[in-house]
Amino acid sequence: MAILTRADGTPDWRRRTPRADLLVWAGWFGAVALTVACFQFISDRTIWAFVWDAPAQGADLVGRMFPPRWSYASQLWKPLLDTINMATIGTALAIVIGVPLAFLAAHNTTPSRLLVRPAVLFIIVASRSINSLIWALILVIILGPGILAGIMAIALRSVGFIAKLLYEAIEEIDATQVEAVTATGASRPQVLGWAIVPQVMPAFAGISVFRWDINIREATVLGLVGAGGIGMQMQASINVLAWPQVTTIFILILATVLVSEWLSARVRHAVI
Amino acid sequence: MLLTIEGLTKRYPTGDLALDKVDLQVPAGQVMALIGPSGAGKSTLIRCVNRLVEPSAGRVMLDGVALTTLGSGALRRARRRMGMIFQEYALVERLTVMENVLSGRLGYVGFWASWFRRFPRRDIEEAFRLLDRVGLAHMADKRADALSGGQRQRVGIVRALMQDPKLLLVDEPTASLDPKTSRQIMRLIVELCAERGLAAIINIHDVALAQQFARRIVGLRAGRIVFDGPAEDLRAEGLTAIYGEEDWSQTIRRAEEEEEAATESAA
Amino acid sequence: MSATGLPAATGGAFDPAAAARGWRPPPLIATPWLRYAVYLGALAYALLAFSSIEVNWTRAAEGVERAGRFLGGFFPPDFITKGDDILAGLLESLTMTVVSTGIGIILSIPVALGASRNLAPLPVYLACRGLIAISRTFQEIIIAIVFVAMVGFGPLAGTLTLAFATIGFMAKLIAEDIEDIQASQAEAVRATGASWFQLLAWGVLPQVRPRLIGLSAYRLDINFRESAVLGLVGAGGIGDTLNTSFDRYEFDTAAAVLIVIIVIVLACEYASGFIRRKVQ
Repeated sequence: MAILTRADGTPDWRRRTPRADLLVWAGWFGAVALTVACFQFISDRTIWAFVWDAPAQGADLVGRMFPPRWSYASQLWKPLLDTINMATIGTALAIVIGVPLAFLAAHNTTPSRLLVRPAVLFIIVASRSINSLIWALILVIILGPGILAGIMAIALRSVGFIAKLLYEAIEEIDATQVEAVTATGASRPQVLGWAIVPQVMPAFAGISVFRWDINIREATVLGLVGAGGIGMQMQASINVLAWPQVTTIFILILATVLVSEWLSARVRHAVI
Repeated sequence: MLLTIEGLTKRYPTGDLALDKVDLQVPAGQVMALIGPSGAGKSTLIRCVNRLVEPSAGRVMLDGVALTTLGSGALRRARRRMGMIFQEYALVERLTVMENVLSGRLGYVGFWASWFRRFPRRDIEEAFRLLDRVGLAHMADKRADALSGGQRQRVGIVRALMQDPKLLLVDEPTASLDPKTSRQIMRLIVELCAERGLAAIINIHDVALAQQFARRIVGLRAGRIVFDGPAEDLRAEGLTAIYGEEDWSQTIRRAEEEEEAATESAA
Repeated sequence: MSATGLPAATGGAFDPAAAARGWRPPPLIATPWLRYAVYLGALAYALLAFSSIEVNWTRAAEGVERAGRFLGGFFPPDFITKGDDILAGLLESLTMTVVSTGIGIILSIPVALGASRNLAPLPVYLACRGLIAISRTFQEIIIAIVFVAMVGFGPLAGTLTLAFATIGFMAKLIAEDIEDIQASQAEAVRATGASWFQLLAWGVLPQVRPRLIGLSAYRLDINFRESAVLGLVGAGGIGDTLNTSFDRYEFDTAAAVLIVIIVIVLACEYASGFIRRKVQ
């Protein structure tokens, strides 16, 4: 933003100085050029003949997917229940581990900003940057296929998520309330229980339910790598190209996710 | 007549009748105050003029053009002739003062010119002139949310004047300002109207301010006009008609006293 | 009135000792029967759910040895042997991230406008909200399966998947922001005679721009993380490399890939945090 002076001495207004203008244009040009270059790279690894065929393939796929095989649903209730269990137990486990981590990471509650905080932050980042599917992949190798691997994968991924959002909430609390409780002569754990926990309770409830909602979604696909749940049936059906069964699974997943989303929205509305 | 309103009626989808067959005429260059209790339809009336609110029935004519039947393109051209000033300033807070002022020219320039902020040189000169007139030339590059209430309202006034309007629609310009700033803003609006020969409809809560600055006062109650006359004719009976029964003897005198107090505190 | 100026207690019959005996900390759920029903229900669910976990302990014991080898793979991780594969996978992931984020953001803007109740007419609103719901409901992996079936194996399927997911994510959050704008600012722009597009550029965009930039940076971060798993279903990216190394029990290479992912995610996170602080 700039006010310039014209040759005749009157003021002129431009949004930016010419120099800043040039920088902005260069920035946009760079961004577009990078995207095009990246697209070129992808395009080189793509067999375009298949892509031009995609509408036909898509239509063919849809043709084979419908009508869904409803009778197959009877075999899906158990895996679906497993999926929901995986998400719920995994989330509960993540809460148990994640909450202490959050208190260790928040700079106003950590016992040591120099040692504990960075170490915990690293754990949080490591947990967050690895997708639950990759966690499942690792855990299936270690624990063998089954819903235990799924639960652990969900828990390991969610620990970082819950801890991160919670420690941010802890860092944003109102310091005067903490001061007031400290002024009564309360010990550190008492300050935690009377000044900090009541303030972060709504955030905590919101975060937990939000993550549970996400975990339902994630749990539906963990079976692809053998970690239990409805994804196993999906993988099996895709392997034998039983598309009407896949459609049934998709519809069931859609319904489950919609219900869980509605439920979590209700709970979050109630606590906030 | 600059503005002619005939049988203007507005019924909201909720069923509330905000305006009930209002007839009103405003000649060029006249500053008119519109008073009335909250919910009387003052805001709806001026918004029906520039059709930010679509009227349910009736006609609005500006300079011989029937606004109520215009298509969207013609309506936008017609809106350029009516500058609007808002209660809570309604500046685009993340834009600079200058950008807010130039947004008054949006009806005159094309989309891409406005996107790249390429306004004709005349517009920019006019913007500087007006900002200087209201004493804000040095603030041109400040973001609007960095300004005080009185300063923001002055930017709002300049934005409306940038449109080169014939008529100002002013919605509670002083509602969020302190008494002294309120008077300064009202005086500024009236002066600028006189300088440029503009007509204005000023919605205002404060009866004393209305009497002090407007020559004509129109009182609205429950969507109907119940008083229309020169400011000095507004007496207790008129106020009772507009607002209902109350002891009005102090209100009418208060105007001059407050004015004195304000000038003293300013001195 | 008492000496402190507070209203006197009701009738003077107030008995502090009795009140103190009666006082309990307020429970989380006020209605007693609902409270116990919720507790009981939770307990019953927990028991049922835990009993449904079947653990094959002999298999798990075998796993311990593999876990040892896997963890051993981190000391030291092997970046060299499959260095070319890692590099290729990484490049693929990064390019997929850039292209899908770019396309996704551009397409999400019209969808977001359509999904804002204060800008769009009802039919458009419902159509856009429906699109958002579909995009958000299905896991990226499921969408990737469909795209792989349509356009074949490779990074293009992954790019399309991420772009589609980006649309749902961005459009939903931006639409929420648009619905929260100050209507008075937009009204003022409308009153100047601005066209619809000018209204967007002058009345809406300035209000949502910080959020738009912040979310874009955040989504770039998410897209990279997601690109690391799409390879599992053949949709390209570094997940392909990871999957292969797991299949061949090359745990040292897998460890190297995981470290690369973590480092890049960390870098993304710092960068996007920096950008978001800057635009606020």
